[in-house]
Amino acid sequence: MTIQAERAAEDMPDAASTNSTTAGEPHGDPYGVGDEADGRVFTITGGDWDEIAGSLGEAPEERIVVNMGPQHPSTHGVLRLILELEGETVTEARVGIGYLHTGIEKNLEFRNWTQGTTFVTRMDYLTPFFQEVAYCLAVEKLLDIEEQVPDRASVVRVLLMELNRISSHLVCIATGGMEMGALSAMIFGFRERELVLDIFEMITGLRMNHAYIRPGGLAQDLPPGAVDKVREFLALMPKRIKDIEALCNENAIFKGRTEGIGYLDLTGCMALGITGPILRSTGLPHDLRKSQPYCGYEQYDFEVCTWDTCDAYGRYRLRMDEIRESLKIVEQCLDKLKPGPVMVEDKKIAWPAQLALGGDGMGNSLDHIRHIMGESMEALIHHFKLVTEGFHVPPGQAYVAVESAKGELGCHAVSDGGTRPYRVHFRDPSFNNLQATAAMCEGSMVADVIVAVASIDPVMGGVDR
Amino acid sequence: MSGEQSRAGESAGGGALEKAQPLAVQEAEVVAVRKGMFPSGNGGDTSGYGRLVRRIELPGQSPRPYGSYFDEVENELFGALDEQGLAPESAIERVIVHRGQMTFQVRREHLVQVARTLRDDPALRFELCLGVSGVHFLHEIGRELHVMVPLMSITHNRRIQLESTCPDSDPHLPSLYPVYPAVDWHERETWDMFGIVFDGHPALTRILMPDDWPGHPQRKDYPLGGIPVEFKGAQIPAPDQRRSYQ
Repeated sequence: MTIQAERAAEDMPDAASTNSTTAGEPHGDPYGVGDEADGRVFTITGGDWDEIAGSLGEAPEERIVVNMGPQHPSTHGVLRLILELEGETVTEARVGIGYLHTGIEKNLEFRNWTQGTTFVTRMDYLTPFFQEVAYCLAVEKLLDIEEQVPDRASVVRVLLMELNRISSHLVCIATGGMEMGALSAMIFGFRERELVLDIFEMITGLRMNHAYIRPGGLAQDLPPGAVDKVREFLALMPKRIKDIEALCNENAIFKGRTEGIGYLDLTGCMALGITGPILRSTGLPHDLRKSQPYCGYEQYDFEVCTWDTCDAYGRYRLRMDEIRESLKIVEQCLDKLKPGPVMVEDKKIAWPAQLALGGDGMGNSLDHIRHIMGESMEALIHHFKLVTEGFHVPPGQAYVAVESAKGELGCHAVSDGGTRPYRVHFRDPSFNNLQATAAMCEGSMVADVIVAVASIDPVMGGVDR
Repeated sequence: MSGEQSRAGESAGGGALEKAQPLAVQEAEVVAVRKGMFPSGNGGDTSGYGRLVRRIELPGQSPRPYGSYFDEVENELFGALDEQGLAPESAIERVIVHRGQMTFQVRREHLVQVARTLRDDPALRFELCLGVSGVHFLHEIGRELHVMVPLMSITHNRRIQLESTCPDSDPHLPSLYPVYPAVDWHERETWDMFGIVFDGHPALTRILMPDDWPGHPQRKDYPLGGIPVEFKGAQIPAPDQRRSYQ
């Protein structure tokens, strides 16, 4: 952590000498501020704060800039906050991002449309299914096959998205609690999330980064026993939610830390394009699942939860309520689940092979291998063309939005008629919502910045992509 | 750009000043003309399709009526622009309805006014702006850089998109920040990735790449990078070096 103390009015005579002791060392902090910074620079990595405060001298007009992150346990991954302090009050908060930029959007342009899901699932790693669904809906829109996606595939998509919403909210509550010292909330949250990840692992083979939802449907059908496992989860979860709520809802310390913190009202949300729980915590029931349903959300019975306090506490309560609603939807999904195909009929789009569980683990279905290698030359050619070349998508562009756990997740896909995306852009809700940091934090205490940022629930994998 | 290069955007018109026939049902927007089956062009294409010529066409102006709420949005917008003394034909290049989505192609000098009208007119009320997404059409001469701005009206539960273009030689677009502060980071990202300068943005700096990064990575002439990988004696080239189909 670097503290930069600057004199607003005059330069200190000993500024240069103090500076050289830290920045001039041959093995000094490589990320510290160099000689070019005006004023004194203190590089602190732990230690006694009283000493630091003492060495600042008696100069109350000094402006202090604290650089928090990008490696800091309470900034949600590699988020960098640059806080200007007056005493312990934040007068200016700026956000530095880009430390986890992986160039996923560029990479997508060099793989075929089906391979795209493998990339997009890694953007916001806590909500992989939302990115997969948004991407696949955009590709399906460009292909104009939205109507052909089988019901079973849509139901499974909704099922997975709602389970994913639960796991994402649990992580938000867990890490948000941990950052203000409520470690029990962290342990409870992550324990419950593990139940969801077990289901994901059973269905897709992976705890995260699934690439299970594909343009046209799903990679494969639900495995036997999945429905029972989800039902077990549904039976267990209400009690577990009560545990967390008993711990936090009326907890005086928890309320003291979160009530009135990270305040952002409806006007602010609209101006900054904020969606998701932050917007709903202002009382506006805006939820794309209700207003512009996709994947058949209009067939499910659920409420759009709202809260009216516009603060971090309201967002916590809202997320707990949303977990309950998601459980309701998951239950309805199980009831709606009818046997049937999980991929479009069109053999020019549907992935030719289905995966199957063999003696040595998951792999290509042996029936399919037998068919293409031993029975049908045409099937082999077809398989080869579709797997190596991929399918063509007619030229055009589409913007598809889904209600992710964090807000509106938009996918802008552009095709030039080729087998690869020409351009795919993700409007990640965390990226947009982080813009609210300054509005939420300026004028508050340093400790409240942590709570406010936690209530935004940013995931840097999604922010930086 | 040299004159030898094939002009892909001939029918699309070379910018705002050219007298294209606005709002008539036009030919599709041609963004590229490709030859052969494979992009390499180094003589390695032995497929026999070397002389194949294909025009890459994006959907053009749609015929009216558009269906759904789109006609109403267009009428209201055009009416509101008329009231402000701005002829809709001079501001809006095309109205494209494709796959159930409506896109207004707006000439860049009128982008802010159109956005402000869309936000403020009671019958339109697109109060939520959901970002800025750039696209680089390398061969659409005079209109290389596109941006797409999705808008949403929670009041009327409608969605539309604005699209605007600028040439690579003059990569300037007006910033929508005064109308929608939400585009702050999105415009910075588009500057970072495409090098489009948003005039009027309060602090247009890089956001994802380091401050001293040369180039704009999402442009089509910017290489992906990567190294060949050896696997059991065989070399697999980097993703952007592999053979691909057009």
